[in-house]
Amino acid sequence: MDALAEWFKTLYDTTGINITIVYDAYDRQRFIEGLGMTLWLSITTIILSMGIGVVGAWAQTSPFRAIRMLVNGFVTLFRNTPPLVQIFFFYFGLGQILPRVEDADGMRVALIGNVQWAIISLSLFAGAYNVEIFRSGVEAVPRTTVEAAESLGYTRFGIYRHIVLPLALRVCLPALSNNLVNLVKTTTLAYAIAVPELLYVSKQIWTDSQNVPVMMLILLATYFILVGIVVFIMHRWEHALAIPGYGQGAHR
Amino acid sequence: MSDVPMNRREPAGKPFAVLLPYKRAAREPIKLRLRFIHALGFVGLSAIVGGAAFAQSGGAQLSALEVIFKWSPLLLYGFSFNILISVLAMSIGSVLGLGLGLVTMGHNLPARYTGWLLTQFFRNAPWLVLLFFAMFLIPFQFRIFGTTIPFPDWIKATIGFSLPVMANVAEIVRGAVRSLPSGQWEAAESLAFSRRQTLWMIILPQCVKRMLPPWMNLYTLVAMATVQASIVGVTEMLTLTSEVHAAEGGRPELLAPLYGFAMLCFFLYCYPIERFTHYLERRFNVQT
Repeated sequence: MDALAEWFKTLYDTTGINITIVYDAYDRQRFIEGLGMTLWLSITTIILSMGIGVVGAWAQTSPFRAIRMLVNGFVTLFRNTPPLVQIFFFYFGLGQILPRVEDADGMRVALIGNVQWAIISLSLFAGAYNVEIFRSGVEAVPRTTVEAAESLGYTRFGIYRHIVLPLALRVCLPALSNNLVNLVKTTTLAYAIAVPELLYVSKQIWTDSQNVPVMMLILLATYFILVGIVVFIMHRWEHALAIPGYGQGAHR
Repeated sequence: MSDVPMNRREPAGKPFAVLLPYKRAAREPIKLRLRFIHALGFVGLSAIVGGAAFAQSGGAQLSALEVIFKWSPLLLYGFSFNILISVLAMSIGSVLGLGLGLVTMGHNLPARYTGWLLTQFFRNAPWLVLLFFAMFLIPFQFRIFGTTIPFPDWIKATIGFSLPVMANVAEIVRGAVRSLPSGQWEAAESLAFSRRQTLWMIILPQCVKRMLPPWMNLYTLVAMATVQASIVGVTEMLTLTSEVHAAEGGRPELLAPLYGFAMLCFFLYCYPIERFTHYLERRFNVQT
């Protein structure tokens, strides 16, 4: 580790390529914490938004018109407004209206902090897209399959949970992985409300050590790797789920 | 029983179904209902929030709706700037993306790999990071033959947005060309069209139909992304919104209505485009 740090120090002295996150312990700590925050944001929003998508797609098949319209309204609203304005609306707008609570030290703090607001608004934004994606999957399930399940005495929820959703998931996985990649990239917007994620700490680092181009390339490469990991996991999942003769498994 | 009539035993005097003039199926009209309800709901929401703000302030200060009305010319001016940036970025990105897409499908191997790498790089990088990239690494003025060409920050932001647009358009072009049956290429070849002629006169005109819906989808994404320029200090709607908020005394209860107004503007701009995209998709019957 020390040898590596020494090598990067000589690299800086000889070529001027200043990669502080390797040899400077403080910068390294900041960078790792930022990476951790980005991972935390990504994982929680991916899980929450998929939950919203599954529940929303189920609600869209509801016999009550009011519920269907509510879900449609949510999807339309969140798909057609900028995610950044949504975050500002939630954090600055709603966050100011909510009451303040006392924390353990007796300080008055906001009920929901900036990290939580970022998770909430990003999940809602990606969830709106996921509802549409799951709906397209649900529509691809043949009507006869649902009828067969109905004749076997499944309840409406039972049909969705045991028959429609497993098939729909397989149909919509490519679109879903596209959206999740987009979501990972959208977590950078949390920068705007001072969530210390990867972009935020990178900006701090490049302001402190004056290595803007180098740090930016590292930042882009990091996101490239993160997106690559998401794509890889989704690919593996797609393979594991493939059924011969259905959806993506048709060729098997 | 199946409800498809058997055409064999038609009563005498009635022509076969195939001989009847071709009748187009009635087109489903675009649903306008949702748009109104949502817009109304939005205004209602703003009114409720604004009303609450008014009730809290006790009438001595301007209510939220009055503030929005008073400053709406400035805010809408900022919004027009957003549209300008998005249109410019989309045009630049489309032209570059078309070139990049064609290079990626060309016969020149090194150019192909470079094109593929560029596409993947700019497609998988977060837009905000690319925006930072453009803002910090492009100089604020160029000096060519003694004349100084200034480069204001909004032009730099436009370039920053056109980079991901370029990569996405390249993917759209590639996907559309790939989706055409290879018989089109072979038929053109047998008619002695050169490769360039085939591309420009036969392949691309057919692709326009397939490219239009995803291209418009991309445009709404760009339009919504332009607000990110406020993070790097370009004066546009969101910057002006926070300035208006400061000018009105920085009352915290004003923030929700003001950002709600920004959301409403974008919604009214993007929603018709989305509906039109849906309509085109259904009309062309292309899977995207």
